[in-house]
Parts: sequence; C-alpha cells; structure tokens
Amino acid sequence: MQVDMPQVLFKNRHLGRPATIDEYRAGGGYEALRATIGKRTPAEVLQLVLDADLRGRGGAGFPAGRKWQGVPVDHVGPRYVVINTDEMEPGTFKDRILVNADPHLVIEGIVLCAYSIGASEGVFFIRPSYEGDAVLIEQECRVARENGYLGKNILGTDFSFDVHVHRSAGRYICGEASAQIKAISGQRPNPRKGGPRTAVKGLWDCPTIVNNLETLANLPGIVRNGPQWFKSLARSATGSGTKLYSVSGQVAKPGCYELPIGVTIREIIFEHAGGMAPGKTFKTVIPGGASTPYLPESLLDLEMDFDPMRAAGQRFGTASLMVFDQGTCLVGATLSLIEFFARESCGWCTPCREGIPYIRELLRRLEGGEGTEEHIAMIQDMLPVLDAAYCAFAPGAAEPVRGLLTHFMDEVRAHITEKRCPFGNPPPSLRGKACGTRPIQFGPTPCPEDQCPI
Amino acid sequence: MLPEALEKELHRLVAAVPRPREAAVDVMYVLQRHYGYLCDEAMHCAARVLGMTTLELESLATFYDYLYRRPVGRYVIHVCDSVVCWMFHQDSIFDYLCRTLGVPPGGTSEDGLFTVLPAACIGNCHNAPTMLINGRFYDRLTPERIEAVLAELRQGIEEPVRCK
Ligand code: SF4
Repeated sequence: MQVDMPQVLFKNRHLGRPATIDEYRAGGGYEALRATIGKRTPAEVLQLVLDADLRGRGGAGFPAGRKWQGVPVDHVGPRYVVINTDEMEPGTFKDRILVNADPHLVIEGIVLCAYSIGASEGVFFIRPSYEGDAVLIEQECRVARENGYLGKNILGTDFSFDVHVHRSAGRYICGEASAQIKAISGQRPNPRKGGPRTAVKGLWDCPTIVNNLETLANLPGIVRNGPQWFKSLARSATGSGTKLYSVSGQVAKPGCYELPIGVTIREIIFEHAGGMAPGKTFKTVIPGGASTPYLPESLLDLEMDFDPMRAAGQRFGTASLMVFDQGTCLVGATLSLIEFFARESCGWCTPCREGIPYIRELLRRLEGGEGTEEHIAMIQDMLPVLDAAYCAFAPGAAEPVRGLLTHFMDEVRAHITEKRCPFGNPPPSLRGKACGTRPIQFGPTPCPEDQCPI
Repeated sequence: MLPEALEKELHRLVAAVPRPREAAVDVMYVLQRHYGYLCDEAMHCAARVLGMTTLELESLATFYDYLYRRPVGRYVIHVCDSVVCWMFHQDSIFDYLCRTLGVPPGGTSEDGLFTVLPAACIGNCHNAPTMLINGRFYDRLTPERIEAVLAELRQGIEEPVRCK
C-alpha cells in the first residue's frame, strides 16, 4: 500500500476486507452526493467532469464527459448507466481490487453519473470469476438503499435511481460496450458496428452510458474537490487524476498501486513494485494491458499518460504493466498472448476469426524452431489485415506482435538461426486433442468433437 | 418436471429484471447447477420460462465459457493461460493438468470428477499462476500444490443430479 502518494481511490483500502459505509462516510464519503442531488443541476455535474478532463480508465481513454454529452437531451423514457466490470484482459485486475477496497466509493460514483445523465437504472455488469464481488456489491447496494443513497427518492429528493447486478457467463468480448449491451439483453454478445452510439441507442434501445468502474469511482472526488484539484493530482502536464496500476510478472512486489497519472514506468516498476524479482534482470514490459506493444528499456522513463504514450507509439490502455525478465522468451510470450486472442475472438468477422489463428500458427512454428525468414514477412503482411476487423479486438491483438517485430527482431531471428527456442522452451503444444488429423481448437467455433467430419 | 422450489426460483429471477431475456444467463446458471450441465431438457425449461426460443438460448449456451452444453465433471477447472501465468510456468499448468488427469483440453477425467478448460485471464495475475475451480481461486500454483488441491477435492465429493 502506498502512503507517500495521494490516495484517492484507495484511501479506505484495508488489507483483506472492504471498507464499511461508516468508514467511507468518516472520510467524507457521500458528501459529494449530498451537495449535488437537488442542489446542483445535472449540467453542472457534467461541466465539472468535462473541466476535470476525466478520461475513461477501461482502455480506450475517451473523455467521460464527452461520452455523457452524447445522451440526447430530449429523450423521453428510461436512460441507463452500465458499470463495466468485465476486465478479462491478461494482466488487468484493478477493478476487482477497487470494488473490494471501497464499494461505497463506487456506488457514489455511479449515482453521480446517473444524476448527471438523468438515468433511472444502473446495471452492474460483472464477470463470472468475480462472483465474490457481485455478492459484495449487492449487499452494499442494500446498505446504500437503507441509508437513502440509492433507490426511490434519494436523500429525500425526487431523484430516484437503482442498480442491479448482471452476472455474465464469461467472454472477453463482453467488455466491449456494444457487446456488453447485447449480453445484458440476452443476445449473443457480438459487437455492433456503425449505427448510433450506445449513448443514443443502447440497452433496450434507450440512451446508455457504459463506463468502466474505475472511471466512475473518480466522480465523488471530482465533485467534492473540484476539477482543478483533480488535475493537480496528475504529474504530467496533460494528465488529470490518479490511476490504478496493476503490476504483474517478474517484479518483487506484484500488486495494484494507486499513483498519479504521469508517473514514469521506471518509477512504477523499480520503486513502487519493488524492482525486479530476486535474480531477475529487466527485459521489457507491456505497459497497458495485453492489447499494447512491448516497451523497450530505452523508453522506461516515459510518463504513463494517454498523450505521451501515444506520441511514443505506445498505448496507455488499462495501465496494467506485465514485466518480463531477460530469461523469458518473447516469441513464447507473444504466442501465449495470441493463443488468448485466438480463443477469445467472438468469431463475427473474418479478419479476426481467420487472421489471428494464422499468426498463431506462424508464431508456433517460429517458437518451435521450424520458422523461416519468410514466416516473419507473412506475419507482417497479416498485421494490417487485423486492423480491418469489425471491432478493436483484432487491432489490439496485433499490438504485442508489432512490438515484438519492432523491438525484439533479434530474438525472433535467433529462433530461426538456432532452429530451436534459444531460451530452451519446449516446442509449443497444440492446444487441443487429436481428432482425426486435426486438433480441437478452443475459439469462436470449437470443433464439434462428436461430429468430427474427419 | 422441475421441482416446485426450482420452478419458483426461476420465475423469481425472471420477475426481478425489466425484461425476461435479461435473466437468460441466470436462469441457465440455475438449471446448470440442477442438472449438472445444460442438457436438452434444461434448455427447453429455460426457453419456456424466458419466453425465448431454444435456438436463441443455444447461441448463448455455446458461446459463453461458464455455461456447459456438454456434460462436465463435478469440478470444472478454469485454468488461466494468460501470459503472466505462462511466464511463471512455461511448461504450462494447463498441459500439466491435462496430463496428470489424463484428459484432453475440455475433457473430463474418467472418474467424472474433473473437467479442464482454458480461461481468459481470471484477474488474479499478482498471484500467478492461478486457476479457478467451481468459482474459487487457487493461486501460486506448483505441480505439488496442484496435486494437493486435487487430492483435497477428491475427498469431498457429492453426487450431482444428472440428466437421464
Ligand atoms: S474483431 Fe474479433 S472480436 Fe471484434 S467483431 Fe470481429 S471477430 Fe468479433
């Protein structure tokens, strides 16, 4: 736990248990709501969020206030807030830690958003491996309701809003906003392309704001202390607020840390996460979750912020840092990432459904020592094809491969010249059972074992 | 015919949401717990309670990772095979489990106890490598720890209800 850095989201974090409503209130919790409902106009709340320049913490980094502005003012009928708690990307676990640290901070943030956009109902979308969090949030919503912060006539005003939990049955693509809305409405969760934004036409065809849980948890602080305070929390010139950084891999103290936006990657890894694990030497880090490229050591002093990262050809993403040491084979690591993307593809569009397994096969050959120079060119040819996919999933899958080919080509070539993995990894196993001559592959269209045509 | 209490539970789930189809996953979860997996009978019950077609439900049941349209073991092991877990166990926890239980990926051990499935990152990367068994996290895995966990689970078996 950090004590030397301003703790806003983790202010009430205790080891091993969530903060109670009384602990939350003792530190000023629900004061933002009291000062807002019936006292400020929804437009004033929106203006605070716009002035604070709060950007989405779920990966895309879109300004939250601008998203809310998309809700048509003249819409008659229900409006919804969907709280996206579907983090399933390798390396990312911040939302789970946050719900477990301070559930009422999250609830207050949700109600403030609802007030600003005039929503009457919220849906807490939660992935299956976080069942414990689903139970916790249901219980704490009851507590909030009993205390007048949620439900009918909040704090005695005529504003009513309630939240319920929607349990997902687990698929990475459900994290995409339009897919999440389909999932909630009992449809197969393929992303929607084109057409109106979810802010205009979302759940049950009504305006719906889908925000990441961490994004919403920033609202009580912004409303209480003002946009300037929020901006001053960041260390970089263009950033605002703090961020939850999930750090995993070969570091001494893997975990989730709240640090300013704009802190350098070197500082996160070598100060807050305790440096490399004993006996390990730094090689690279994937700085923003699995859909971002490897970062070379020369960029360790880059500030973790949306714009500086983009300018350096990197992505801020979910700010989940996965740290690799010199002894880890990056061709093997990229193959592991691509296995994940190939299996999790929703299968809706061809560039993704066919393109990712194609790259997987080439990486498998390279890692197994059967690769040739030509295979590298074939991967390079395929990468732009992924960019032509239907949603951001496939372009995201291309990022670590691009990073590998840009910064670690020597390592790839060593596999070709040595005709084996120079790190001594065994040849990669096929993820599947021999069925006739083909293995079963987990993915969008698993081979029906009992009806195998071969 | 479903037991009365179960029928009531399903109707309660449907009534708790704005439109019945929002409860599709919840209803299938309950039926899956009852039958052991989503057999045809379970799918028909779900369709009846939700007012959806079995085809619509089929497109969900075959899509999601935590709904099982084929029989599974008493314990479903979701093995995280994300890159973080991989880097701590490059020989692959997933392959190790398949080998030690004598099952192919997605298969069920001969005693009907364990099904091994790959999972998207389960959000426990700081305790890698990890797996999830019937919703419970097991972390910092080593082959020895896996053996100990399996032995423990073999002790506490209850016979689940099964489709005929
Ligand atoms: S890019 Fe992949 S995940 Fe996105 S719609 Fe196409 S197949 Fe589905």
